[in-house]
Amino acid sequence: MNESLIKYLFRIGDSSLILGQRLAEWCSNGPTLEEDVALTNISLDNFGQARIIFSHIAELENNGKTEDDFAFRRNEREFYNALITERPNGHFGDTIARNFLFDAFQYHFYTELSNSKNKFLAGFAEKSLKEVKYHVRHSGEWVVRLGDGTEESKEKIQKSINDLWDFSGDMFLTDSNIDNLSKEGIAPDYSLIYNNWKKTVKEVLERATLVVPEDGYMQNGSLDGRHSEYLGHLLGDMQFLQRSYPNAKW
Amino acid sequence: MYNNKIKYTEKEVWDILDTIPDPEVPAISIVELGVIRKVTLENNKVTVNITPTYSGCPASERFKADIKEFLTKAGIENIELIMQYSPAWTTNWLSDEAKEKLRIYGIAPPIDGTEDKGFLFESGPKVVPCVKCNSKNTEVISQFGSTACKALYKCNDCLEPFEYFKCI
Repeated sequence: MNESLIKYLFRIGDSSLILGQRLAEWCSNGPTLEEDVALTNISLDNFGQARIIFSHIAELENNGKTEDDFAFRRNEREFYNALITERPNGHFGDTIARNFLFDAFQYHFYTELSNSKNKFLAGFAEKSLKEVKYHVRHSGEWVVRLGDGTEESKEKIQKSINDLWDFSGDMFLTDSNIDNLSKEGIAPDYSLIYNNWKKTVKEVLERATLVVPEDGYMQNGSLDGRHSEYLGHLLGDMQFLQRSYPNAKW
Repeated sequence: MYNNKIKYTEKEVWDILDTIPDPEVPAISIVELGVIRKVTLENNKVTVNITPTYSGCPASERFKADIKEFLTKAGIENIELIMQYSPAWTTNWLSDEAKEKLRIYGIAPPIDGTEDKGFLFESGPKVVPCVKCNSKNTEVISQFGSTACKALYKCNDCLEPFEYFKCI
Protein backbone atom coordinates (compact mmCIF):
# COMPACT_ATOMS: atom_id res chain seq x y z
CA MET A 1 0.00 0.00 0.00
CA ASN A 2 2.61 2.50 1.11
CA GLU A 3 4.81 1.78 -1.88
CA SER A 4 2.17 2.66 -4.45
CA LEU A 5 1.15 5.75 -2.50
CA ILE A 6 4.78 6.86 -2.25
CA LYS A 7 5.27 6.54 -5.99
CA TYR A 8 2.17 8.65 -6.51
CA LEU A 9 3.41 11.23 -4.01
CA PHE A 10 6.66 11.51 -5.99
CA ARG A 11 4.62 12.09 -9.14
CA ILE A 12 2.98 15.09 -7.46
CA GLY A 13 5.99 16.46 -5.55
CA ASP A 14 8.46 16.07 -8.41
CA SER A 15 6.32 18.11 -10.80
CA SER A 16 6.26 20.96 -8.28
CA LEU A 17 9.97 20.69 -7.54
CA ILE A 18 11.09 20.67 -11.17
CA LEU A 19 8.83 23.56 -12.20
CA GLY A 20 10.02 25.43 -9.09
CA GLN A 21 13.63 24.95 -10.17
CA ARG A 22 12.87 26.08 -13.72
CA LEU A 23 11.18 29.23 -12.44
CA ALA A 24 14.06 29.93 -10.06
CA GLU A 25 16.22 30.30 -13.18
CA TRP A 26 14.27 33.49 -13.86
CA CYS A 27 15.60 35.05 -10.66
CA SER A 28 17.29 38.33 -11.66
CA ASN A 29 16.50 37.58 -15.35
CA GLY A 30 12.85 38.64 -15.48
CA PRO A 31 11.78 41.02 -18.25
CA THR A 32 10.57 43.50 -15.60
CA LEU A 33 11.09 43.68 -11.85
CA GLU A 34 7.43 42.76 -11.21
CA GLU A 35 7.70 39.66 -13.39
CA ASP A 36 10.99 38.67 -11.80
CA VAL A 37 9.25 38.80 -8.43
CA ALA A 38 6.11 37.04 -9.69
CA LEU A 39 7.95 34.12 -11.32
CA THR A 40 10.17 33.54 -8.30
CA ASN A 41 7.17 33.77 -5.95
CA ILE A 42 5.50 31.05 -8.00
CA SER A 43 8.75 29.10 -7.83
CA LEU A 44 8.70 29.37 -4.05
CA ASP A 45 5.11 28.13 -3.81
CA ASN A 46 6.10 25.12 -5.90
CA PHE A 47 9.15 24.39 -3.75
CA GLY A 48 6.93 24.65 -0.69
CA GLN A 49 4.48 22.14 -2.13
CA ALA A 50 7.32 19.75 -2.98
CA ARG A 51 8.68 20.05 0.56
CA ILE A 52 5.33 19.18 2.13
CA ILE A 53 5.08 16.09 -0.09
CA PHE A 54 8.70 15.00 0.45
CA SER A 55 8.49 15.45 4.23
CA HIS A 56 5.40 13.27 4.21
CA ILE A 57 7.21 10.59 2.19
CA ALA A 58 10.05 10.72 4.73
CA GLU A 59 7.53 10.12 7.53
CA LEU A 60 5.94 7.21 5.66
CA GLU A 61 9.29 5.60 4.84
CA ASN A 62 10.68 6.30 8.29
CA ASN A 63 14.17 5.13 7.40
CA GLY A 64 16.21 8.23 8.17
CA LYS A 65 15.91 9.82 4.72
CA THR A 66 14.90 13.46 4.58
CA GLU A 67 13.29 15.76 2.04
CA ASP A 68 16.81 16.80 0.95
CA ASP A 69 17.69 13.22 0.03
CA PHE A 70 14.70 13.13 -2.29
CA ALA A 71 15.52 16.44 -3.97
CA PHE A 72 19.28 16.18 -4.20
CA ARG A 73 20.21 12.51 -4.20
CA ARG A 74 17.92 10.87 -6.69
CA ASN A 75 18.89 10.23 -10.28
CA GLU A 76 17.03 11.29 -13.38
CA ARG A 77 15.23 7.96 -13.83
CA GLU A 78 13.90 8.16 -10.29
CA PHE A 79 12.00 11.38 -11.00
CA TYR A 80 8.35 11.19 -12.00
CA ASN A 81 7.60 14.84 -12.78
CA ALA A 82 5.32 15.59 -15.72
CA LEU A 83 7.47 16.18 -18.81
CA ILE A 84 6.13 19.66 -19.40
CA THR A 85 7.63 20.95 -16.12
CA GLU A 86 11.19 20.25 -17.28
CA ARG A 87 10.84 22.13 -20.59
CA PRO A 88 13.40 24.94 -20.77
CA ASN A 89 12.31 28.50 -19.99
CA GLY A 90 13.01 29.76 -23.53
CA HIS A 91 11.78 33.30 -23.97
CA PHE A 92 9.18 34.85 -21.66
CA GLY A 93 6.30 33.65 -23.86
CA ASP A 94 7.60 30.06 -23.75
CA THR A 95 7.67 30.22 -19.96
CA ILE A 96 4.16 31.70 -19.82
CA ALA A 97 2.79 29.06 -22.21
CA ARG A 98 4.38 26.21 -20.24
CA ASN A 99 3.19 27.64 -16.95
CA PHE A 100 -0.32 28.18 -18.23
CA LEU A 101 -0.75 24.64 -19.56
CA PHE A 102 0.61 23.22 -16.31
CA ASP A 103 -1.03 25.72 -13.90
CA ALA A 104 -4.45 25.00 -15.44
CA PHE A 105 -3.79 21.29 -14.94
CA GLN A 106 -2.67 21.83 -11.35
CA TYR A 107 -5.72 23.95 -10.63
CA HIS A 108 -8.15 21.26 -11.74
CA PHE A 109 -6.02 18.46 -10.30
CA TYR A 110 -5.87 20.01 -6.82
CA THR A 111 -9.57 20.84 -6.98
CA GLU A 112 -10.33 17.12 -7.39
CA LEU A 113 -7.56 15.95 -5.07
CA SER A 114 -9.01 17.98 -2.21
CA ASN A 115 -11.80 15.35 -2.12
CA SER A 116 -9.30 12.51 -1.72
CA LYS A 117 -10.00 9.86 0.89
CA ASN A 118 -6.38 10.23 1.91
CA LYS A 119 -6.52 12.95 4.53
CA PHE A 120 -2.99 14.17 3.95
CA LEU A 121 -3.53 14.56 0.20
CA ALA A 122 -6.87 16.29 0.72
CA GLY A 123 -5.36 18.81 3.13
CA PHE A 124 -2.31 19.35 0.94
CA ALA A 125 -4.52 19.97 -2.10
CA GLU A 126 -6.84 22.34 -0.25
CA LYS A 127 -3.86 24.46 0.80
CA SER A 128 -2.02 24.36 -2.52
CA LEU A 129 -5.14 25.24 -4.46
CA LYS A 130 -5.20 28.68 -2.85
CA GLU A 131 -1.73 29.32 -4.25
CA VAL A 132 -2.33 27.82 -7.66
CA LYS A 133 -5.34 30.09 -8.23
CA TYR A 134 -2.89 32.97 -8.34
CA HIS A 135 -0.50 31.06 -10.60
CA VAL A 136 -3.09 30.24 -13.23
CA ARG A 137 -4.45 33.76 -13.16
CA HIS A 138 -0.93 35.11 -13.67
CA SER A 139 -0.09 32.86 -16.62
CA GLY A 140 -3.65 33.01 -18.04
CA GLU A 141 -3.71 36.81 -18.07
CA TRP A 142 -0.34 36.89 -19.78
CA VAL A 143 -1.49 34.44 -22.46
CA VAL A 144 -4.35 36.84 -23.21
CA ARG A 145 -2.10 39.93 -23.20
CA LEU A 146 0.42 38.33 -25.50
CA GLY A 147 -2.12 36.61 -27.76
CA ASP A 148 -4.31 39.68 -28.06
CA GLY A 149 -1.29 41.98 -28.17
CA THR A 150 0.92 42.86 -31.10
CA GLU A 151 1.36 40.84 -34.24
CA GLU A 152 4.77 39.70 -33.04
CA SER A 153 3.65 38.73 -29.51
CA LYS A 154 0.69 36.83 -30.94
CA GLU A 155 2.84 34.89 -33.36
CA LYS A 156 5.37 34.06 -30.64
CA ILE A 157 2.90 32.88 -27.98
CA GLN A 158 1.00 30.79 -30.55
CA LYS A 159 4.26 29.08 -31.50
CA SER A 160 5.09 28.51 -27.81
CA ILE A 161 1.70 26.86 -27.24
CA ASN A 162 2.05 24.76 -30.39
CA ASP A 163 5.56 23.61 -29.45
CA LEU A 164 4.51 22.58 -25.95
CA TRP A 165 1.27 20.90 -26.94
CA ASP A 166 2.88 17.47 -27.49
CA PHE A 167 3.95 17.49 -23.85
CA SER A 168 0.51 18.26 -22.44
CA GLY A 169 -0.93 14.74 -22.76
CA ASP A 170 1.67 13.35 -20.37
CA MET A 171 0.13 15.26 -17.43
CA PHE A 172 -3.03 13.14 -17.64
CA LEU A 173 -1.46 9.73 -18.16
CA THR A 174 -2.17 7.05 -15.58
CA ASP A 175 -0.75 3.60 -15.00
CA SER A 176 -2.15 0.62 -13.10
CA ASN A 177 -0.78 2.10 -9.89
CA ILE A 178 -2.67 5.38 -10.29
CA ASP A 179 -5.77 3.57 -11.58
CA ASN A 180 -5.85 1.48 -8.41
CA LEU A 181 -5.46 4.58 -6.26
CA SER A 182 -8.32 6.17 -8.19
CA LYS A 183 -10.52 3.15 -7.50
CA GLU A 184 -9.79 3.53 -3.81
CA GLY A 185 -10.74 7.20 -3.95
CA ILE A 186 -7.20 8.37 -3.18
CA ALA A 187 -6.27 9.67 -6.62
CA PRO A 188 -8.81 11.66 -8.63
CA ASP A 189 -10.36 10.70 -11.95
CA TYR A 190 -7.91 11.94 -14.59
CA SER A 191 -10.40 11.94 -17.45
CA LEU A 192 -12.49 14.44 -15.50
CA ILE A 193 -9.42 16.61 -14.90
CA TYR A 194 -8.58 16.44 -18.60
CA ASN A 195 -12.07 17.62 -19.61
CA ASN A 196 -11.96 20.53 -17.18
CA TRP A 197 -8.44 21.44 -18.27
CA LYS A 198 -9.41 21.40 -21.93
CA LYS A 199 -12.33 23.69 -21.19
CA THR A 200 -10.11 26.21 -19.38
CA VAL A 201 -7.42 26.11 -22.05
CA LYS A 202 -10.01 26.61 -24.78
CA GLU A 203 -11.61 29.52 -22.94
CA VAL A 204 -8.31 31.32 -22.40
CA LEU A 205 -6.90 30.70 -25.88
CA GLU A 206 -10.11 31.92 -27.50
CA ARG A 207 -10.06 35.02 -25.36
CA ALA A 208 -6.44 35.50 -26.44
CA THR A 209 -7.51 35.15 -30.11
CA LEU A 210 -5.26 32.10 -30.36
CA VAL A 211 -5.87 28.70 -31.92
CA VAL A 212 -6.18 25.55 -29.80
CA PRO A 213 -3.67 23.14 -31.39
CA GLU A 214 -4.93 19.83 -32.69
CA ASP A 215 -3.94 16.74 -30.78
CA GLY A 216 -1.26 14.74 -32.53
CA TYR A 217 1.36 12.38 -31.18
CA MET A 218 1.79 12.96 -27.45
CA GLN A 219 5.10 12.56 -25.67
CA ASN A 220 5.03 10.21 -22.69
CA GLY A 221 7.30 8.31 -20.33
CA SER A 222 7.46 10.36 -17.15
CA LEU A 223 5.44 7.78 -15.19
CA ASP A 224 8.31 5.34 -15.82
CA GLY A 225 10.98 7.93 -15.13
CA ARG A 226 11.81 8.47 -18.81
CA HIS A 227 12.54 12.11 -19.52
CA SER A 228 13.75 14.51 -22.16
CA GLU A 229 17.43 15.43 -22.31
CA TYR A 230 16.68 18.62 -20.37
CA LEU A 231 16.01 17.01 -17.00
CA GLY A 232 19.57 15.73 -16.55
CA HIS A 233 20.98 19.21 -17.11
CA LEU A 234 18.48 20.71 -14.70
CA LEU A 235 19.40 18.15 -12.03
CA GLY A 236 23.11 18.72 -12.65
CA ASP A 237 22.58 22.35 -11.78
CA MET A 238 20.23 21.73 -8.86
CA GLN A 239 22.11 18.84 -7.27
CA PHE A 240 25.70 19.91 -7.88
CA LEU A 241 26.35 21.34 -4.45
CA GLN A 242 24.94 18.44 -2.43
CA ARG A 243 26.67 15.92 -4.69
CA SER A 244 30.05 17.64 -4.47
CA TYR A 245 29.82 18.64 -0.82
CA PRO A 246 27.47 16.12 0.78
CA ASN A 247 25.44 17.49 3.69
CA ALA A 248 26.70 21.02 3.14
CA LYS A 249 24.55 23.42 5.12
CA TRP A 250 23.45 26.88 4.05
CA MET B 1 18.66 20.96 34.86
CA TYR B 2 15.56 19.51 33.37
CA ASN B 3 12.41 20.80 34.90
CA ASN B 4 9.74 18.14 34.78
CA LYS B 5 6.86 20.42 35.68
CA ILE B 6 5.86 23.23 33.40
CA LYS B 7 5.23 26.30 35.46
CA TYR B 8 2.93 27.91 32.92
CA THR B 9 -0.72 27.62 32.06
CA GLU B 10 -1.84 27.22 28.46
CA LYS B 11 -2.94 30.85 28.41
CA GLU B 12 0.50 31.97 29.56
CA VAL B 13 2.18 29.99 26.78
CA TRP B 14 -0.13 31.73 24.30
CA ASP B 15 0.94 35.04 25.85
CA ILE B 16 4.61 34.20 25.34
CA LEU B 17 3.93 33.27 21.71
CA ASP B 18 2.04 36.53 21.28
CA THR B 19 5.28 38.43 21.93
CA ILE B 20 6.96 36.86 18.87
CA PRO B 21 6.80 39.27 15.93
CA ASP B 22 6.06 38.00 12.45
CA PRO B 23 9.47 37.85 10.72
CA GLU B 24 8.17 39.52 7.53
CA VAL B 25 5.60 41.86 9.06
CA PRO B 26 6.90 42.68 12.55
CA ALA B 27 3.92 44.96 13.24
CA ILE B 28 1.87 41.91 14.22
CA SER B 29 2.68 38.83 16.27
CA ILE B 30 2.61 35.29 14.96
CA VAL B 31 -0.47 34.69 17.13
CA GLU B 32 -2.25 37.64 15.51
CA LEU B 33 -1.22 36.31 12.11
CA GLY B 34 -3.16 33.15 12.94
CA VAL B 35 -0.41 30.63 12.26
CA ILE B 36 -0.49 29.20 15.79
CA ARG B 37 -3.43 26.81 15.79
CA LYS B 38 -3.10 24.92 19.04
CA VAL B 39 -1.06 24.80 22.23
CA THR B 40 -1.08 21.63 24.29
CA LEU B 41 0.53 21.14 27.69
CA GLU B 42 1.01 17.53 28.53
CA ASN B 43 3.14 16.11 31.34
CA ASN B 44 6.31 18.07 30.84
CA LYS B 45 5.91 18.88 27.17
CA VAL B 46 4.57 21.87 25.26
CA THR B 47 3.25 21.07 21.79
CA VAL B 48 2.56 23.88 19.33
CA ASN B 49 0.63 23.29 16.10
CA ILE B 50 1.64 25.66 13.33
CA THR B 51 -0.14 26.28 10.03
CA PRO B 52 2.08 28.17 7.57
CA THR B 53 0.55 30.94 5.49
CA TYR B 54 1.94 29.75 2.13
CA SER B 55 3.59 26.38 1.44
CA GLY B 56 6.89 27.94 0.50
CA CYS B 57 6.87 30.80 2.97
CA PRO B 58 10.51 31.20 4.08
CA ALA B 59 9.21 32.76 7.29
CA SER B 60 7.95 29.38 8.53
CA GLU B 61 11.52 28.32 9.29
CA ARG B 62 11.91 31.51 11.30
CA PHE B 63 8.61 30.87 13.15
CA LYS B 64 9.89 27.51 14.26
CA ALA B 65 13.27 28.83 15.39
CA ASP B 66 11.69 31.81 17.16
CA ILE B 67 9.08 29.71 18.97
CA LYS B 68 11.80 27.40 20.23
CA GLU B 69 13.96 30.33 21.29
CA PHE B 70 11.19 32.21 23.12
CA LEU B 71 9.85 29.14 24.91
CA THR B 72 13.33 27.96 25.86
CA LYS B 73 14.11 31.39 27.26
CA ALA B 74 10.96 31.13 29.37
CA GLY B 75 12.34 27.94 30.85
CA ILE B 76 10.39 25.40 28.80
CA GLU B 77 12.74 22.74 27.53
CA ASN B 78 10.59 20.01 26.10
CA ILE B 79 8.98 21.52 22.99
CA GLU B 80 7.35 19.83 20.03
CA LEU B 81 6.36 21.73 16.91
CA ILE B 82 3.84 20.17 14.57
CA MET B 83 3.24 21.51 11.07
CA GLN B 84 -0.46 21.26 10.42
CA TYR B 85 -1.60 21.88 6.83
CA SER B 86 -5.31 21.30 7.22
CA PRO B 87 -7.45 23.34 7.51
CA ALA B 88 -5.42 25.65 5.28
CA TRP B 89 -4.45 29.05 6.60
CA THR B 90 -6.77 31.83 5.56
CA THR B 91 -6.66 35.60 5.91
CA ASN B 92 -9.97 35.29 7.81
CA TRP B 93 -7.85 34.23 10.78
CA LEU B 94 -6.40 37.74 11.04
CA SER B 95 -8.21 39.65 13.79
CA ASP B 96 -9.66 43.11 13.10
CA GLU B 97 -7.05 44.48 15.46
CA ALA B 98 -4.26 42.82 13.46
CA LYS B 99 -5.69 44.22 10.24
CA GLU B 100 -5.64 47.73 11.68
CA LYS B 101 -2.03 47.23 12.77
CA LEU B 102 -1.15 46.16 9.22
CA ARG B 103 -2.76 49.27 7.80
CA ILE B 104 -0.89 51.57 10.18
CA TYR B 105 2.33 49.73 9.31
CA GLY B 106 1.70 50.58 5.64
CA ILE B 107 0.31 47.32 4.28
CA ALA B 108 -3.29 47.33 3.08
CA PRO B 109 -5.06 44.57 5.03
CA PRO B 110 -7.10 41.85 3.27
CA ILE B 111 -10.65 42.98 2.57
CA ASP B 112 -13.25 40.66 4.09
CA GLY B 113 -15.28 38.52 1.80
CA THR B 114 -13.14 39.18 -1.26
CA GLU B 115 -11.56 35.76 -1.25
CA ASP B 116 -11.53 34.60 -4.84
CA LYS B 117 -14.05 31.87 -5.35
CA GLY B 118 -13.36 31.40 -9.00
CA PHE B 119 -10.12 31.79 -10.87
CA LEU B 120 -8.95 33.37 -14.09
CA PHE B 121 -11.28 36.15 -15.19
CA GLU B 122 -14.25 35.37 -12.99
CA SER B 123 -13.26 37.64 -10.13
CA GLY B 124 -14.54 41.20 -10.20
CA PRO B 125 -12.25 44.16 -9.58
CA LYS B 126 -11.47 44.82 -5.96
CA VAL B 127 -11.15 48.25 -4.48
CA VAL B 128 -8.19 48.46 -2.16
CA PRO B 129 -8.04 51.88 -0.47
CA CYS B 130 -4.66 53.61 -0.40
CA VAL B 131 -2.86 53.20 2.93
CA LYS B 132 -1.67 56.82 2.87
CA CYS B 133 -4.58 58.93 1.59
CA ASN B 134 -7.44 56.41 1.71
CA SER B 135 -8.31 57.13 -1.93
CA LYS B 136 -10.20 54.39 -3.71
CA ASN B 137 -8.58 55.33 -6.99
CA THR B 138 -5.91 52.61 -6.88
CA GLU B 139 -4.74 49.94 -9.28
CA VAL B 140 -3.00 46.61 -9.07
CA ILE B 141 0.55 46.54 -10.46
CA SER B 142 1.27 42.88 -9.80
CA GLN B 143 -0.44 40.02 -7.98
CA PHE B 144 2.91 39.13 -6.46
CA GLY B 145 4.86 41.38 -4.11
CA SER B 146 7.96 41.15 -1.94
CA THR B 147 6.47 38.00 -0.40
CA ALA B 148 3.91 35.53 -1.76
CA CYS B 149 1.25 36.83 0.63
CA LYS B 150 1.24 40.34 -0.80
CA ALA B 151 0.26 42.03 -4.08
CA LEU B 152 1.62 45.34 -5.37
CA TYR B 153 -0.73 48.32 -5.73
CA LYS B 154 -0.37 51.96 -6.69
CA CYS B 155 -2.50 54.93 -5.66
CA ASN B 156 -3.47 57.04 -8.67
CA ASP B 157 -4.17 60.11 -6.51
CA CYS B 158 -1.20 60.44 -4.14
CA LEU B 159 0.99 58.13 -6.31
CA GLU B 160 2.03 56.06 -3.30
CA PRO B 161 3.01 52.49 -4.18
CA PHE B 162 1.90 50.05 -1.49
CA GLU B 163 1.44 46.40 -0.71
CA TYR B 164 -1.87 44.61 -0.23
CA PHE B 165 -2.15 41.51 1.93
CA LYS B 166 -3.95 39.12 -0.42
CA CYS B 167 -7.13 37.42 0.63
CA ILE B 168 -6.75 33.65 0.59
